[in-house]
Amino acid sequence: MSDIAITLNGEPRRVAAGQSIADLVTSLGLKPEKVAVERNREIVPRSTLAAVLLADGDELEIVHFVGGG
Amino acid sequence: MTSFPDTWTVAGRTFTSRLIVGTGKYKDFAQNAAALEASGAEIITVAVRRVNVSDPTAPMLTDFIDPKKYTYLPNTAGCFDADSAIRTLRLAREAGGWDLVKLEVLGEAKTLYPDMRETLKATEVLAKEGFLPMVYCVDDPIAAKQLEDAGAVAVMPLGAPIGSGLGIQNRVTIRLIVEGAKVPVLVDAGVGTASDAAVAMELGCDGVLMNTAIAEAKDPIRMARAMKLAVQAGRDAYCAGRMATRKYADPSSPLAGLI
Repeated sequence: MSDIAITLNGEPRRVAAGQSIADLVTSLGLKPEKVAVERNREIVPRSTLAAVLLADGDELEIVHFVGGG
Repeated sequence: MTSFPDTWTVAGRTFTSRLIVGTGKYKDFAQNAAALEASGAEIITVAVRRVNVSDPTAPMLTDFIDPKKYTYLPNTAGCFDADSAIRTLRLAREAGGWDLVKLEVLGEAKTLYPDMRETLKATEVLAKEGFLPMVYCVDDPIAAKQLEDAGAVAVMPLGAPIGSGLGIQNRVTIRLIVEGAKVPVLVDAGVGTASDAAVAMELGCDGVLMNTAIAEAKDPIRMARAMKLAVQAGRDAYCAGRMATRKYADPSSPLAGLI
């Protein structure tokens, strides 16, 4: 299967086509239940992370909680 | 009238501790967790940031501070316009499932003063989307009322610039905000040491939010305890109703019966 180009947290990245956002999150070594994902400026509800397939040109933000005041 | 326990309620949620602490600037998560324990705080502020994609095994805040035990209050620190603040909190709600949030929209890096026009705009949008925004703001009684009308569930005026430790600079405006507010008022930012926290509480604030004063103390755990006690002392003093001031001395011992 071919690669697609996405932007992940501001950095260009090539990933295998046909995978879901949950696949990507897991392949990065992250736990889907500990992060939130925005795709092309829209929140992707956690319950749908496994259903949403990555598309060429997608811009993803994957965030979590860190210390702050 | 003395009554215990003394609790406060924000957006229908009741808390015993009137101290909210941040989780930034600590040496490590273990020190942060120990200071939190010593502070007695029930609510902590947290920031929302991109995950470190290159090192996913890095320790995470949630591993040290249990989100089931403490109320996480996601903030919008670092946001300089309404849109980015709203975007950040939408992500925070998805990450944690919490609608109680801390909104701060900053105007400039040097002072970290709030941009009230953007703050007000963001408050309106967030309230419409079902968020419960506790809002960092200038110490201006009119701005505080406008935020309340826009849907702020708490107003949180600064005592002094964020991270400055300069203490409550304008007691008059803080008191005026307290007198006029129908929602809880918390001093957010500017506290440097325990007496500053006590002053905020003596002015009638419902609580105090701080981060640097604890995290940058030489002994953060002991300072956390000091802040806990100061907030309690200030609250008790406010509830007790202080004595009136006099221009001159008034002896405490009876004048009659002197030898």
